[in-house]
Amino acid sequence: MLSIKNLQAKVEEKDILKGLNLDIKPGEIHAIMGPNGAGKSTLGNVLSGRADYEVTGGTVSFEGKDLLDMDTEERAREGLFLAFQYPVEIPGVSNLEFLKASVDSIRAHRGEDPMNSVAFLKLAREKCKAIDLDQSFLKRGVNEGFSGGEKKRNEIMQMMMLQPKLCILDETDSGLDIDALQVVAEGVNSLRDPNRSFIVVTHYQRLLDYIIPDFVHVLADGKIVKSGGKELAFELEEKGYGWIEESTTKGA
Amino acid sequence: MAAVDFNQQAVAFATQAETQTFLKPLNQAGLELFKAFPFPTRKTEEWKYTSLVALNKDNYNQAIQTSDVEDCEPLYSIADLNANRLVFVNGVYKQTLSNIEVQQGVTLVTFANATAEQQSEIAEKIGQVAETKRNLFTALNNAKASDGVYLNVAKDVQVIKPIHVVHVTTAQANPASAFSRNLVDLGIHANATLIEQFVSTDQEQNVLLNQTTEVVVGDGAKFNHYRLNSEHESSLHFGGVYVDLNRDSQFESYQVLLGGKIKRFDILVNHCVGGSHCEMKGVYLPKNKQQVDIHSYIEHKAPNCTTNEVYRGIMADQSKAVFNGRIHIHPDAQKTLAELSNKNLLLSIKAQINTKRELEIYGDDVRCAHGATVAQLNETAKFYLRSRGISAQEADIILSFGFINELLDSIPLEALRIKMRPLMAEQFTSDRELTKHILTDGESA
Repeated sequence: MLSIKNLQAKVEEKDILKGLNLDIKPGEIHAIMGPNGAGKSTLGNVLSGRADYEVTGGTVSFEGKDLLDMDTEERAREGLFLAFQYPVEIPGVSNLEFLKASVDSIRAHRGEDPMNSVAFLKLAREKCKAIDLDQSFLKRGVNEGFSGGEKKRNEIMQMMMLQPKLCILDETDSGLDIDALQVVAEGVNSLRDPNRSFIVVTHYQRLLDYIIPDFVHVLADGKIVKSGGKELAFELEEKGYGWIEESTTKGA
Repeated sequence: MAAVDFNQQAVAFATQAETQTFLKPLNQAGLELFKAFPFPTRKTEEWKYTSLVALNKDNYNQAIQTSDVEDCEPLYSIADLNANRLVFVNGVYKQTLSNIEVQQGVTLVTFANATAEQQSEIAEKIGQVAETKRNLFTALNNAKASDGVYLNVAKDVQVIKPIHVVHVTTAQANPASAFSRNLVDLGIHANATLIEQFVSTDQEQNVLLNQTTEVVVGDGAKFNHYRLNSEHESSLHFGGVYVDLNRDSQFESYQVLLGGKIKRFDILVNHCVGGSHCEMKGVYLPKNKQQVDIHSYIEHKAPNCTTNEVYRGIMADQSKAVFNGRIHIHPDAQKTLAELSNKNLLLSIKAQINTKRELEIYGDDVRCAHGATVAQLNETAKFYLRSRGISAQEADIILSFGFINELLDSIPLEALRIKMRPLMAEQFTSDRELTKHILTDGESA
């Protein structure tokens, strides 16, 4: 599904990703953990094509296509979804209008007709309910005045509406209490599918109690320095990121 | 074309005017005032950012040659608006296009059709609120005032239907000026809604429309006001709305101004007695090489009055806008609460906004908040939309529309909201594929 080879990227003249390799097959959940400043959020932003992030080397192939060659919207239409760490507030643009525009563009890309308003509203209401967001949120401005937890749930709600092939969750657990975390995790788990893959970027092991990964990777200084199964997350939680840095320095 | 002297020609034009006898005193006084005005230049503070050079290129001080126009109804029709309608074409009243339903306690009549008794009422009231010291075009309007709409509402009467006054301008063989006037007097605890709409035929315009509205809102009365300017981009418009608020009265005004060759709009609200409230919301959307110049003046002359003023503008291409918001709190106006917000979005590096607030505060127990911003589209918000599959072009339109959507949504008359949405969306693009989502939002879904 996704193959990242030797990816290098910089932000404001600073090298952040320094040769990252990652292979993701359909249906897999990959957790990416690492200390602050390791490049975790940069990975999500680079994959979704944010302008401030400049790719300086390497390749990314998404279902056999050159991902780096596509515009942000093309990537989304091809099935890539980034759940933002800090979802943007857009007053004056209603959630519903935004969602409809989004769903329609993705459907058009797949050669499908726009959904009619009634069916669309019904679907949006269902998804709101599933993620425990009040329906009144649909009429409000995009993320406008939402609490931290509501913003994160809104991201998952969008993900449910768009049914992407590859979901990147960028620190979706940050700022969530345990109840909200469970709701978000349930939403994500409901989307698990043999044809859908996830990249779960997180600083803490806690989220991985609820979203069980197939693989855990440790990102440090712009590279993946260690990979393993879900038990690696526990080890990290116990020993801290310092342990990785020590062992990799020793190994080098 | 030889340069002409606007003032000199205007004086000659006003002197030969054939106006109504009962308006002669107003005309005379207006002419004297106008004569004292120098023609504004870039050095005239009130006109600093709006050039009137175009007025000296052609002679606009000429009479309208024709006010005949075919099929102009689609230009101003507002679906589902059940209103009393008065239509003027190039300043000339068109009875056949108009429709006035009589209501007990409500006088709604044109100056020319008024009875002798009504004419003497008009003569007594006209010119009492309009401020002529700042704006030469209002002085000129006094000098040339001839016909217009007179609305008088008796004590305690709620006018059932909104009053829809339409001004259509058309192209003339030679440049010309049209003048018009609205005079509104609401009695104690009366309530009325006035929609002033300005449209033009879809052709190069050469009529300068000079329009003045005067309003007195009685004690405890409420006046709902709309001003919609959506003429052709070559239009020349000089408008002024002047309002006196009496004790505990309310004035609510919504203004939507698309750009023109020269479009100047002044609004002056006087809090005269105390306890009155003024709510003003305005949107201006010039594009191409259009201009819009809005001057608002709020005079807090009495205690316990409130003003809430919100204006937003989006300037595209090489267009230019001026927003000048003045709030003057007099020494006696204690416990005043006044707020002024002006936010602007520049869609192009060649677009221009000149925003200025003038606060003069003499009361010591008042609250006056103000803020003005000038920004470009938020790149992070745009990335967010694109990351959900929305094209860059549609994202720009959704975000631009979002910037004014709150003001549009706050328009109480649904028929107007429905009318204005597509009109405003068209300002950003004529491609319907790109506006379909902003036009079918949650409300209609």
